[in-house]
Amino acid sequence: MPDVEFRGVHRRFGPVRAVDGVSFAITKGSFHSFLGPSGCGKTTSLRLIAGFEQPDEGDVLVAGVGMGGVPAYRRPVNMVFQHYALFPHLDVFANVAFGLRQRSPRPTRAELGRRVDEALALVRLAGYGDRRAWELSGGQQQRVALARALINRPTVLLLDEPLSALDRKLRRDMQFELQTLQRDVGITFILVTHDQEEALSMSDSVAIMRDGRIVQFGAPNELYDAPVNRYVAGFVGETNFLAGRVVERQDDRASVRLDDGRVLAAPLSAGGPGLAVGEAAVIAVRPEAIQLWPGGDPAPTPLDQMFEGHIESRIFLGDQIEFAVQGDLGRILARAPKAAISVRGDLVPDTPVRFGWENESALALADV
Amino acid sequence: MKRAGPGRRRAIVTALLLAPSTLWFVALLVMPLVVVLVFSLGERAPAGGYQAGFTFANYLNLPARLTAFTNTLTLAPVGTLLCLVFAYPLAYFLAVKVKRAKLMLLVLVILPFWTSFLLRTYAWIILLSGKGIPSWLAVVGIEGVRLINTPTAVLIGIVYGYLPLMVFPIYVSLERLDKRLLEAAADLYADPIATFRRVTLPLSLPGVVTGCLLVFILLMGEYLIPQLLGGGKVFFIGNALVDLFLQSRNWPFGSAVAIALVVIMIVAVGLATRWAKHQGATREVSLL
Repeated sequence: MPDVEFRGVHRRFGPVRAVDGVSFAITKGSFHSFLGPSGCGKTTSLRLIAGFEQPDEGDVLVAGVGMGGVPAYRRPVNMVFQHYALFPHLDVFANVAFGLRQRSPRPTRAELGRRVDEALALVRLAGYGDRRAWELSGGQQQRVALARALINRPTVLLLDEPLSALDRKLRRDMQFELQTLQRDVGITFILVTHDQEEALSMSDSVAIMRDGRIVQFGAPNELYDAPVNRYVAGFVGETNFLAGRVVERQDDRASVRLDDGRVLAAPLSAGGPGLAVGEAAVIAVRPEAIQLWPGGDPAPTPLDQMFEGHIESRIFLGDQIEFAVQGDLGRILARAPKAAISVRGDLVPDTPVRFGWENESALALADV
Repeated sequence: MKRAGPGRRRAIVTALLLAPSTLWFVALLVMPLVVVLVFSLGERAPAGGYQAGFTFANYLNLPARLTAFTNTLTLAPVGTLLCLVFAYPLAYFLAVKVKRAKLMLLVLVILPFWTSFLLRTYAWIILLSGKGIPSWLAVVGIEGVRLINTPTAVLIGIVYGYLPLMVFPIYVSLERLDKRLLEAAADLYADPIATFRRVTLPLSLPGVVTGCLLVFILLMGEYLIPQLLGGGKVFFIGNALVDLFLQSRNWPFGSAVAIALVVIMIVAVGLATRWAKHQGATREVSLL
């Protein structure tokens, strides 16, 4: 049985369709993310699960039970709020104990103390019970908020952009911690984020949202390898898009005539809808699928597509180097491992280059 | 010497900036208080007023005005409490529930201040006297209600006059309250009543303490409302003072009553602040 399920859920705010007919099911014990730009309906979806919003239409189910008419304070879910929302008049202990104290039967003093200590130890804050929230750093407040939610052993833990207020380094650490924590406690985690790297690195499943709808629901590698359209491909990692119209269709591939008249062929995405001749489409090529070599040299291997241009800029990304190439196809991003490039110290800005890719490494996608 | 320069200059500037308020304080608070203290130990001159002397007779005579003290010490706290009871829901409504027209409603709360307090209290005389509310009650069968010149009339006047002073501090503390905390409480299984008790109320306590102190301190010195709506039957210390200084011209006894009032205030406010501090709320009590 899925832990959280939406069946045709609508939520409107005046003329705005914040959630517009959404259905999905999240597997028990998994780490799920809602990913999308602000205003796409991801936070509203989370609030519908928490009970801060009620659907105008459709059903929200938690652990198989319909949540219609169940107020937030009776739902077996807990939330980590975006800015933590710790109670400023209570110390860390009382913040963490808050949920248990509302339960009936109320736990005994000893039981309460034991559970709070346990929860604080879980987030590595043992001994911080008598601190006030404002005495803690951002990362520590974050962990208090986690302990305050997890101590209640909810069916589902909801996380609303929990890492957005942390700096980069801390965010990485917390990503690992969250993943480990999720595996340790075995509770379903549902994360809302606009950070694609965060969603892809932590989740078992991701729902990419736009305008109140789920565009694609799947495992991170499915979204990366088989995006349903340009929107998803653009959200999941960086991609070069070459726009045009479909001129020819075979079973699993399409030829697209670009605006400049060139015709490029590529396989259809396994996740995408079949493209019809005449439909607007893009050829999507990942930067790492593009090979690059100095203009005078012959191609290292024969490639299906080959073009000319010159290096506009090069950016050092650590283990990789990214090139912006200006040429036949406009501006194209190419990325190569540093090890492969280091022997070619001659690939500096303004160098004439040739580049290309194999048709099999590109995708033909609907241009929406 | 050179090094001491900037520090010295800063000290001089500080002294200059503080000088006006210090002078004001000494001239208008400390000196009159000293005068009153000295008077309270003197004797009434034969024709009224003050005559030098040193006696505690005036203080020993305080029980003669016991009614004024008991009236003030019951009606001021009760009035404060009533203001709180009426003001809190209003402040909560304005701060939490109202989305549009908030400014207009806030202006409505202070609108009465735009006309004279005296005039508005006079209006209440008409409302509370025989031809006012009691006559309307008689129409629906409730006969023989007497309001004017009763403690009830004074309390009605107090709530009417002092409500805005209570509403605003509470409104400010509720307005500042992060509404996400209410969702957090609901998320942690607190029903609306528990959320109010464990989150809203404690976090608005600074506003409650400020409002109560404000109203209570002013009520202890109240004169006009008991004078007009109490009609000489329900009188406060303020009324006793006016009587002693202006009618019977017993300045030394009046001074003793005034000093007693000051002492009572210091004790009461001191106790209230200690309690508030104990509640951990004084961090934000802005009045003190």
